[in-house]
Formats: sequence, structure tokens, C-alpha cells
Amino acid sequence: MNLLARGRRPARRGEAHGGLAARLREPTQVVFLALLGLVAVGWALVALDGGQFLTMESVVGIQQRSAALGIVAIGQTLAILAGSLDLSVAYLISLASLVAAEIMAGQDGKVVAAVAAVLAISALVGLVNGLVITRLRVHAFIATLGVALIIKGIVDHLYDGPAGKVPESFQLLGYSRIGPIPVSAMLWASVAVVAWFLLSRTRLGYRIYAVGGNEDVARLSGIRTGRVIVITHVLCSVCAGIAGLLLAGRLGAGAPTVGTDGGYDLESIAAVVLGGTALAGGKGGVAGTVGGVLLLAVLDTIFNQLEINSFGKDVVRGVVIVIAVAVYARRGTRRSA
Amino acid sequence: MPRHKAAVAAVTALVLAGCTTDKPAATTQPAAPAASAQGSGTGAQSKFFVQADFDAQLAMRSQTPQGPTDKPWEQVIAPKMVDTAKYKKDGPYHLCFSNAAVNNPWRQVGWKTMQAEAGLHKEIEKFTALDAEGKDDKQISDIAELQAKDCDALIVSPNTTATLTPAVRAACGKVPVIVFDRGVETDCPVTFIKPIGGYAFGADAAEFLVEKVPAGGKVLALRILPGVDVLETRWSAAKVVFDKSRLQVVGVEFTDGDAAKTKSIVSDYIQRHGKIDGVWMDSGATAVAAIEAFEDAGVPVPPINGEDQQDFLQKWKDAGLTAVAPTYPTYQWRTPLIAALKILKGEEVPKMWNLPQPEVTSENLSTYLKPNMPPLHYALCGCEDLPGFPEAWGGKKS
Amino acid sequence: MRRALPILAVLMVLLAAIAVVNPFFLEPAGFLAFLKRAAPLVILAAGQYFVIVSGEFDLSVGSLVTAEVVIAARLIDGDESATGPVLALLIVVGLFVGLVNGVVTTKLRVPSFIVTLGMLLVLSGAVFLWTGGAPRGALSQGFRMFGRGGLGPLPWSVLILLAVGAVAIWLMRADFGKTLIATGDNVRAAALSGVRVDRAKIFAFMFSGLAAAVAAILLGGFAGVSAQVGQGLEFSAITAVVLGGVVLGGGRGSVLAAMAGAFTLEALFTLLNLYGISGALEFTVQGVIIIAAVAAGAIRLPRKFTPRRGDAHAAS
Repeated sequence: MNLLARGRRPARRGEAHGGLAARLREPTQVVFLALLGLVAVGWALVALDGGQFLTMESVVGIQQRSAALGIVAIGQTLAILAGSLDLSVAYLISLASLVAAEIMAGQDGKVVAAVAAVLAISALVGLVNGLVITRLRVHAFIATLGVALIIKGIVDHLYDGPAGKVPESFQLLGYSRIGPIPVSAMLWASVAVVAWFLLSRTRLGYRIYAVGGNEDVARLSGIRTGRVIVITHVLCSVCAGIAGLLLAGRLGAGAPTVGTDGGYDLESIAAVVLGGTALAGGKGGVAGTVGGVLLLAVLDTIFNQLEINSFGKDVVRGVVIVIAVAVYARRGTRRSA
Repeated sequence: MPRHKAAVAAVTALVLAGCTTDKPAATTQPAAPAASAQGSGTGAQSKFFVQADFDAQLAMRSQTPQGPTDKPWEQVIAPKMVDTAKYKKDGPYHLCFSNAAVNNPWRQVGWKTMQAEAGLHKEIEKFTALDAEGKDDKQISDIAELQAKDCDALIVSPNTTATLTPAVRAACGKVPVIVFDRGVETDCPVTFIKPIGGYAFGADAAEFLVEKVPAGGKVLALRILPGVDVLETRWSAAKVVFDKSRLQVVGVEFTDGDAAKTKSIVSDYIQRHGKIDGVWMDSGATAVAAIEAFEDAGVPVPPINGEDQQDFLQKWKDAGLTAVAPTYPTYQWRTPLIAALKILKGEEVPKMWNLPQPEVTSENLSTYLKPNMPPLHYALCGCEDLPGFPEAWGGKKS
Repeated sequence: MRRALPILAVLMVLLAAIAVVNPFFLEPAGFLAFLKRAAPLVILAAGQYFVIVSGEFDLSVGSLVTAEVVIAARLIDGDESATGPVLALLIVVGLFVGLVNGVVTTKLRVPSFIVTLGMLLVLSGAVFLWTGGAPRGALSQGFRMFGRGGLGPLPWSVLILLAVGAVAIWLMRADFGKTLIATGDNVRAAALSGVRVDRAKIFAFMFSGLAAAVAAILLGGFAGVSAQVGQGLEFSAITAVVLGGVVLGGGRGSVLAAMAGAFTLEALFTLLNLYGISGALEFTVQGVIIIAAVAAGAIRLPRKFTPRRGDAHAAS
């Protein structure tokens, strides 16, 4: 993906150090190196504390904890690569979990219908996001914030608390595992592989990078930029819908606050940029995002093991995200200078 | 599709509401609720309302709890004991705790109290606690992770009732589980610890207003947000009381627990109605802001209820208010550890550990008001005798 | 002024609609109460305007407001004599947070969305680490006065709002304003024509931090200590600015319109409340209106601003 991204990406916007930045190797390696380093540090710290860091349970825990965020972040990566972003994913996840659990109503036979309904609703929300951004020319920040508020209003109006029931068969999605690998992590991995394939092996992927790199240039070179942005938003929302399905499977019911409690909107954006994808679009990829999500999850696990309170965790997270992006920006500057 | 779902949800809600209201109609005086509900402005009854629980909680208020009176966190109302011999094992013990969150002052006070309680017992060799930060999904993983830590007993304070049930059920098979604060929809935990409950809270406050506000008086009800089970019960109980009274509920508003919004809402109502004769609140966090709205408008503060937070108690005393403070005591955070030790020692415990839920009234206000404690401290922490008090709770030695 | 006309028209309609339902609104006391309530958001919107027009975002203002109120309560702890120094400290903290946001954004080249998101996490975590999870201490009467009291019938917050508004408008008319708009319109062109773009952006962030400090003083004064006083204010402030027709990405829009946007948002909340729209659906209405307002602005924009845009590009 790195190679392709580099080779095919059109010239960057003028202010971002020109085409030279294209020669920069993606920061994906940095993320995974940092991840390795963090695991080592975590191991040492937890050992000093008298515990064991990488037990079977904690490895499973890391994956379980990151699967939902991971899937959302994959979708967010697509939107960000195209130069957009999506603040509506958190509420959409809540909505998806409710739709899934309500339609399933505890019956195995309704699972297929529920999944189809969730995917359809998610795609619809993505379509609305995309069309508002491209047709009505509303900035993605405001468009998706507005859609988020609309969904929030509807969900809060209709639901007072957890609703619906997910049958045991579908709960397996949230709980079962093969060896040390939970099914949820496999789902995440397959979403990531599909997205990777899309970005690196298809014309659409090439167009996403082109539009995110420079929308005007992309348009002039004959790409229907509006359509590309709409498609990335549909895909992003579908990812959020899948995450909603996964969470419904884990909770055994739909919950109107599951998306916002998880902070999936800002957290997914943080994971994407932590993975080295440029917030302005056009640069980055899925592998980095996977690394970013794992980094956040390992950080979580270390804090959990050391029983450090959530306030300290917020501080460390905030600092880590800013430093990471500063490091990427710095590498960019140095290489191109 | 969403519209279709809306219809389904609406129908479901109606059916549910129908089911729950059928029951009371048979036992209590019929016809009256519907008619007076219209007149009293309290709106439709919450779908969370369960008449049997309501009756049970209101009855518990007058029952005498068993156990030491100076240690209300060890007391229990109407216990049905269960045998725990099968859990008996020798110490020292490793206790584990999956906490829903520490994201508000109530949980902060409780959590500090629990930590201090853990320090009291030599038998507790290790106390491992994980904070789910208000996320159901994280709490599910936390509970799974704790099961791998060789805990002798697992304490759970669930973030939400329905969604944590599968995780708790899974844990029950491996260790004795103790649940407190919010419940779960399974009876597999050895014991479920809670104060009397939300119906008693809401009814206490409403009955106070019915007594103090003249008939026909205008009452404003302030709620934090809809849909939270523990808060819904408080309001639904108050609604029952108001519907039977001759008070007029002029508004039921949601404050999001935000002081500025509360103050604005109350100011608006004072403007619009000229006079508000009573204020009912489902939580005391913004009671002081509501009181200030009256002060700033230059009108006397009407009868009001708050909670056992220091800022409210202080204001109550300073301004000489007509007030009451029902409580949801934070001392319940001590009980789970005590229960866990009892279980591990094979002593019997109540299946439902109903703790007493005292009211702060003008008679006992001075015993609960502690000026050296921070403004958002909860007076019924039962923490005064614990090591580290008051500094660990943010207070100053006076 | 001309650019503020559409939003002012919308605001007038909303105010009229409120007055129809609530005649008290037309009386001085009623209207002043509305101004007083809107003051913190309007001030935040003015601060946010500087950042947005320079082409950046400030997501940290909400948690900065909370942090400032919690800091004030802990340091003052009911002691009247501490009021003055603590007020000064709050202003310094606000400016400092803005400085850090600005420097990291410009010098370390981190997108401001990320910088201020990081700052949001750091501030909300750090302040509660310091106080042990919940606010402690208490605000003094002297501190509360700014949000609660008034000079005769005029609330202090309205006077402060007028002062902040006047300064903001003056700043945007001065060279600084032109620099800032040039920076937001086209960073490279501005830099090439000798504008110190980094410095302009850093100042913009510092104004936003300052605005957050002032808003915190008013909000803390109005309603007292609370752990969630600033919750969601960053999104409200950005929404307000955008409602005023200021374009995300920088270079377009007036500070007066941004402040009018904040008034409009506040009027909208009041109106929805008065008409008894269900608490939850209020969000849906809000979402629709925001998208509609920005979409309406965007559709009108090309015709109206094309000449200016052309100039800017020609200059580069």
C-alpha cells in the first residue's frame, strides 16, 4: 500500500512542501515500532508491579477492546484519506445497535434481516453525509456534526435505555474466539483487508488518494470528485454500522449510548492520525490505522493493569497523539527540506 | 426504515405502559390516576414504573433495619438470608472490583470510601479494581479480564442493567459475585446490595412538597435526563404522589445536570408564572443553582429538595430554607467488601441487601453538615471513621 | 457589517418569534436576561472566530472552561482576598493554553484539530488528577459577581460582552484583522507577501484561550462550581461561528456575524424550549438548521465572493 500510495498520488497542495513530500516513507513503520516499544515498556512496568502483561486474557482483551474502534477507524481512514471526516459515527453506532437488536428480537431467524437493515441504514446515513458535503457544499465537520445531532435526537426521542434482544447465536460474534483470536478481531481484520485491497488495488482507491491529495487537480484530471467523497462516506458509515452490530452482539441488546460512551467519533479520528494518515487527506493508509488502534488499546491495557485512573490516562493519550503527529510532520519537513 | 422502527418502538412502549398500568388499576383506586394525571401536569407514567417495586420500597421506608444503628452500611431491611457455605475458603483473599465509572462526584466519594474500607481488612491481601469509564463494552472486557486474575470474589457495579447481564452471568459460574448500586437481570449473584431505592427517594421529596406547599401551589420538577433507570424511578414515584395531591406541576424539565441550564430554566419559570411554590429535583447536583435563581430574581426560595451534597446543606443552613434531602447513600460502597468477606468466610448474607436510606431533614441537618468538606462531597458517605478522613475525600482537618 | 446581514435577519426573526410566545422578552429585564445567558457563548464564538478565520480549529475551549472553573474553585476556596490574583491567573492560563495550541500548530506543524483535541484530553484529565476526581473548594462572592451581579440593572456579563465585542471588532478592523484574514485565505500567499502567518495564528489561538477564560469566569459566576460546566461548548462555539456564515478553512466571514451566530443559536435553544419541542428532538431540529444554514450560505457564496477570491489567487 505504501508503494502504491507513493507512486500514484498526485502532487500535494502547494503549502505542504510540494511533491517532495511524496518521497517520504509512510509513518506506518513508526507506529508499529512505537507499538513494539510500548509493549516492551508495558511488560517491564507491569512486571515491576508484580503482574504479568501478556497473558492469554490480556491479549484477548486487547483485541476485544480494539475491534469495534478498529472497524470504525478503518472507515474513518477512508473518509479522511479523501480529505473529509465523519463526526456522526458515534451516534450511528448507537442507532445501528438498536436497529439490530430490535429487529432480531432474540430470534435466530431474524439475524440476516437485521444485518441487512443495519447495513442499509448505515449506507443511507453515509449517503446523506456525502451528499450534504458535496451537493450542498457544507464543510464535512458541520455536515457530519449536523447529521450526528439529527441521529442523536431521533435515538434519544425513541429510546430510553437498552432495547431489543440479540439471540445467543449472534452474541457469539462478540464473545467466541478461536485460540487467542476473537471472532470480533477476525471481523476487524477482514474489514481492514478489504479496505486495504480497495485502496491499493482498485481505481477507486487511487481516486480516493487523488481527491484527498488535491481535489481541484483531481477534478481537472477527470475524476468525479463528488462521487468519490460520497462513496467514502457510505463506506465509512457502513463500517460504523458493522461496529454497531458487533457491539450489539457484545451487549446482547441495543443501547442508545454505546457509541457516545465509547467516544468513537473523536477517538477514531485520533487513531487514524496516530496511524500516520494526514488529517488533510491524501496520505496514509489502513495499516497505520490498525497500528494506531492497537497502540491505544495497549496503552489502555497498561493503564488497566497498573490500575491508573482514567484522568491520568486522558493526559497521556492527549500528549501521545500530539507528539505522534508532530513526529510525522517533522519527518515530512526534514526529508523534503 | 427508521420511521417503521419508530412505529414499532412506539407500539412497544404503549404495550409496555399498558402492562404496567394494568396492575395498579386492580389494586389501587381506579379512574383517579388518568383524570388527575391530566390535571396535575405530570405527563404519562414512565415505562420503567413497576407498581410492586414501588409499593415494596415505600413500605421499606417505615421498616426498622436490622444491624448496628451506628453502622448503617451493615444494616439490612427485611433480609432473606442465603447460605454461602459452598464459597467458604481460607484467607488471605484477593478481591476484584469492576467499576462502571468514577465520572461524577457521587461515584468519586463512593470509590474513595470503598478503597478505605479495603484498607481496613487484613484478610484482603489484594484488591484489584478496573474502571470501565462509563463504557458497557469496556466493562464486559474488564469482567472477563478479572476472571483470569484468580479473584476470590468479584464485585460489580454495573454501568447499565440489561447490557451487563450476560457478562455477570458468565462470571457467576467461576466466582461468587456481588452486585451493588444498579442491578442485573439475573439472580446468579450471591447478593445484590442497594439502598431502598429510587421510588423511595422520589416519593420522600414529593411527599415533603405536598406537605409544605399549599394546595393548588405550582411545583416545578427538574430532572437530569430521561431514560436512566435509577432516575426514572425517582420521577415516576414523585408523579404518583403529585397525581394524588392537589398540587399543580407546572413543568417537568430536563437540566442535563448542568448548573447554568438549571438556573436558566428556573429563572424562565419564575418569569413566566410569577411565582413557583415548590421545586422537586431528581438529584441534588444542581439544587444550589436552582435556589440561586430564586435569590437572583429577588423572590423567596420555596420549599425544595436537594440531596446530601455539602453545597446544598450549607445553603440550606445559611439561607434557612424549607428543604429536605432524600439520599442515595454513598456508604453503600462499603457494604460489598463486607459482604464479600462474609461470603468467603461462609457466613450467610441477604439475597437482597436493602440498606437504609435516611433523609436529611431540618432536625438532623446539623449532624450531616460538615463545613470542612468540599462542596460536592456527599454527607452520607459513612466515611468519617475511616483512615485518611477527611483529606482523602478532599476535606480539611478542622 | 454587510456580511452579517443574513444572520442578523435570521436572528431578528427568531427574537420576534420568542417575543410572540413570551412577551416578557420585550421588557428590558427580559431581554437583558437573554443577553446575560448568551454572553459566555457569544464570547467563546468571538474567540473561536479568530481561530477559524485563520484557517484552524479550537476544540479545546470546552475543557478549558471546565478546567478554569475547577482551578478557580480550588485556589479561591471561599477566600475573598484570593479573588483578584486568581482572576489574573485564569486569564494567564487561558492565554498560555492558547499559546501552546498555537505554537504546536504552527511550529510543530500538527493540524490544529489534533492539537486542540490533544489539549482537550490533557486539560480535562490534568485538572481532575489535580483535584482528585471532583471539584473541590468554593468560589468567592467577588468571583461570582461577574456572572451573577450587575451594575444597577445592567448585568456585568452584558457589559463584559459589549467590551469583548467592541475589542474583537476593533481588532478585525486593525491591521491584525487583515493579516489574519489573509492568512486564513491563503497561507502561502500571505507568507510570500510578508505576513508573519505563524504569529498571526498564535495570536488567534491566544484570543480563543482568553475568550474561554472570560467565558469561564462568567459561567462559574452565573451557576457556581460544576464538573461539566464546559461540556460541549467547543461544538456550540464552532457551530455558532459557522452559523454566522464564517467559512471553515478560513479567510471568510466577519466577527460580528460570528457573534450574531452565537446569539442565533442561543435564541434557537430558547425558542425550541418555549415551543415545548421534546428535549430529544431539539437536537434533530438543531442539526437540520445548522446544515440548512451552512448550505444556504455555501450556495450564495460563489457569486458573492468570487471577485475577492480571484484577487487572492492572483496575488499568489
